[in-house]
Amino acid sequence: MELTRAKIRDLRKALDAKEIGAAELCKEYLKQIEEKDGRLLSYITVTKEKALSDAENAQKIIDAGKASALTGIPLAVKDNICIDGVRTTCASRMLENFIPPYNATVIEKLNEQGYVLLGRASMDEFAMGGSTQTSAFAKTKNPYDLERVPGGSSGGSAAVVAASLAPAALGSDTGGSIRQPSSFCGVTGIKPTYGRVSRYGLVAFASSLDQIGPICNDARDCAIMLNAICGYDRHDATSAKVDTPDFTEKLGQPIKGMKIALPKEFYEGVDDNVRACVTDAAKELEKQGAVLVECSMPGLKYAIPAYYLIACAEAASNLSRFDGIKYGFRGEGRTYEELIRDSRSKGFGEEVKRRILLGNYALSSGYYDAYYKKALALKQEIIKEYNDIFEQADVILTPTAPTPAYKIGAQDNDPVKMYQADICTVTVNIAKLPGISTTCGYTADGGLPIGMSIIGKRFDEATVLQVADAFEQGFVPVSPKL
Amino acid sequence: MSQYYPTMGLEIHAELLTNSKVFCTCSAEFGGEPNSRCCPVCSGLPGTLPVLNQKAVEYIIKAGYVMNCDISRFTKWDRKNYFYPDLPKAYQISQMPRPVCLSGHVDVNVNGEDKVIRINRIHLEEDAGKLVHDDVNRISLADYNRCGIPLIEIVTEPDFHSADEVIAFFEKIKLLLQYAGICDCKMEQGSIRCDVNISIAPKGSNELGTRTELKNLNSLKAIARAIEAEIERQEELLDNGERVIQQTRRFNEQTGETVAMRSKEDAHDYRYFPDPDIPPILFTEEELDAIRESIPELPEQRVRRYVEEFSIKKADADIIVGDKRICDFFDAAIAEYNNPKAVANYIIVELMRRINLGEADMDALKFGGKEFAQLVEFMQNDKVSQANAKTILREMIENGGDPKSIADRDDLWIKEDSGALAAVVDEIIANNPKAVEQYKSGDQKVFGFFMGQANKALKGAASPKAIQDYIRKKLSE
Repeated sequence: MELTRAKIRDLRKALDAKEIGAAELCKEYLKQIEEKDGRLLSYITVTKEKALSDAENAQKIIDAGKASALTGIPLAVKDNICIDGVRTTCASRMLENFIPPYNATVIEKLNEQGYVLLGRASMDEFAMGGSTQTSAFAKTKNPYDLERVPGGSSGGSAAVVAASLAPAALGSDTGGSIRQPSSFCGVTGIKPTYGRVSRYGLVAFASSLDQIGPICNDARDCAIMLNAICGYDRHDATSAKVDTPDFTEKLGQPIKGMKIALPKEFYEGVDDNVRACVTDAAKELEKQGAVLVECSMPGLKYAIPAYYLIACAEAASNLSRFDGIKYGFRGEGRTYEELIRDSRSKGFGEEVKRRILLGNYALSSGYYDAYYKKALALKQEIIKEYNDIFEQADVILTPTAPTPAYKIGAQDNDPVKMYQADICTVTVNIAKLPGISTTCGYTADGGLPIGMSIIGKRFDEATVLQVADAFEQGFVPVSPKL
Repeated sequence: MSQYYPTMGLEIHAELLTNSKVFCTCSAEFGGEPNSRCCPVCSGLPGTLPVLNQKAVEYIIKAGYVMNCDISRFTKWDRKNYFYPDLPKAYQISQMPRPVCLSGHVDVNVNGEDKVIRINRIHLEEDAGKLVHDDVNRISLADYNRCGIPLIEIVTEPDFHSADEVIAFFEKIKLLLQYAGICDCKMEQGSIRCDVNISIAPKGSNELGTRTELKNLNSLKAIARAIEAEIERQEELLDNGERVIQQTRRFNEQTGETVAMRSKEDAHDYRYFPDPDIPPILFTEEELDAIRESIPELPEQRVRRYVEEFSIKKADADIIVGDKRICDFFDAAIAEYNNPKAVANYIIVELMRRINLGEADMDALKFGGKEFAQLVEFMQNDKVSQANAKTILREMIENGGDPKSIADRDDLWIKEDSGALAAVVDEIIANNPKAVEQYKSGDQKVFGFFMGQANKALKGAASPKAIQDYIRKKLSE
């Protein structure tokens, strides 16, 4: 069976028509992983045995005629989403041997459908980074150019889909961690509205910003994945008590008359290739009848400091529990203080430590008002500016990242520059909005994918998917050669 | 006479009587095998999330009402960050700027004098686990059963100036929490704990001195002793021209002294910030009204009701209501035998006497108010004598059982044997002609003498009333 860019819905048809068995399909993906992942390093753990037993179980469901959308579909799951009995490392030495005794709610939901777990996708350590190069175990490479980064933090999830080492994957997005790697790897990834998907079982980076979402080959598959994982969860007090629509419902509906806003600040200071590509995509949507709306978001210049203050403050607190006492990496020391100092010094990587220091500094007494409190005020300003734009538009179109995938090591020595690269994505998390990234072109010289983002109103994933799909229908993606 | 004036404020921690913990569904019961009452949430495993127990919120609102607080319509939770092995998340979920309850007051009576103590705030938080130190193997073990038990912290204004005031207030708070069903207030199990902030200043001074905080006070006695010891220590320092250092101190029960734990310089910067996992709450007036209306009868109302409805003396009502266990026992008793005065009287003169003597333990009583009431009824109806009632009660305390079976088994009923009565009383009258003369010449007091003699000789063979009637009849012949 041809696995290159195989869609979930095509695999579904093949499985239901018994053209292929679940075990056979699973084995084909495992074979691809074995052949290619040595170069790509997209998986931290390949769960071969579990995959085969999952597939066996799925086949029984299919044979009983009780298959649902994801029964027997092999998936990769980012290594920060807890799976009962499966090592969940967060790409950190700190959790190198951590095996959770419980499932994340999204895993419970996938289990109900009988999905097949291929393995745990690599990521930046504790989801902190945009390159997957802070992973302690698998510094994933970009499938389009092995000398370049796949983006991050869900770089493993994006790379496995781009390289067809899984038809789809789960990622998580705190400031762009699903959309930016999707852009770098030429795939489609959506960050749902905050509260749409339960965070229970997602190892927290920044609790008020984190959201789980799918990375797939296109918007249609994203809709299928969202149908499976969304919904209120009593284990997560921040999950929203809203109805879950059928996210495939608006797919294929014409976008004629739809108002698409282009806030000019998002297009300033981005790579020429990127600007040209996204602007061309806007014109393509205009051709389909959409109305382009020029607008402005002056608060964007404050987005990076506001985001990093909030995210680091929450992270500093969230990551305090890793003290080497109960689980995870344990250092040495005669006293409690010595033990936690050694455990945390050795268990965490540099970027994680930098963010913990930043966060604790921002929260410390005497600085709280100057930093954290001001960041919360900026958050309100950004939300207000989004609301103003949505008064006059249905969705917003922006580049996903200022540049295409860069060379490995290119940003290693300049954290501030690295943080600036998140400028196009972080406000979506701050304002709790849904945002999708889909490929809108390739660089002329290197053939590197370029992504654009469609941002919607809260809980309006359906429209976001509809617009992305409308564009994808007239776009021919280029697969990487591995 | 000391030249200093002490000033104190309290921080009282009380565990709420909810069935489950404050952020997960584990049992909130005391004790249990170590780490048998915890789950991924309360042991802080990565990826888990807290979900607020609505019952705990209801209880703290009740606490606010019984202490006359303002209930915040908008309330939220914060993280208090610090590292300690008994705190698995390395932060405690608590409330900083927006506690549920603000500015209340509680009236107390201190040695006959009425006083108002102001409440600064009451907030909801989670308890931490416990560390068990094994000195032989030189290891420390963590037990997370207590982790996540809901806790309210009651912070008073610095309105106390003596240990007596502190004790009176603390006892009052215990009663209020017990009667409102908020906390069982078992100090020995740590379900209520009290920290005392204490400073002294020269009498007449308008300024407060440097304060210290006393922790680990495990009994009322320890609170009083620690306060006395600390006042004395601070006075000595000032008398010697030294300064009091702001610090946290622990009371050593053995030596009776307070010992420094940590000073202000090593104080944590808790880096409080709003907990992003728990959405803030907005209460509606209807919700608050419903909670207020669900508060059970409080001690003062109950005393008033006993006095007004049952004609029990105020002092007696105070004694019964002053111990919730006794009060519950009393209520159960009068449900069985509707003679509140007689029941109250026998509780106070007989049951509580035995408790005070250490013969009976209210926490391990082998009979209920129902059986006790039956005994009182038998006495009131002249079925058993007072002396035999005491015998029956002793048996009930020691081995349990109901008074009827015990009286049957041990032959303790009054038999109304008129032959025996006549024989005994006739003999007493015959042997005491002088007393008979006195009675006949108008000295009523000697009647008691005849009653006493007859009671003693009859050993319950006749009821007091029958004896009284017969003596009266014989003496007027």
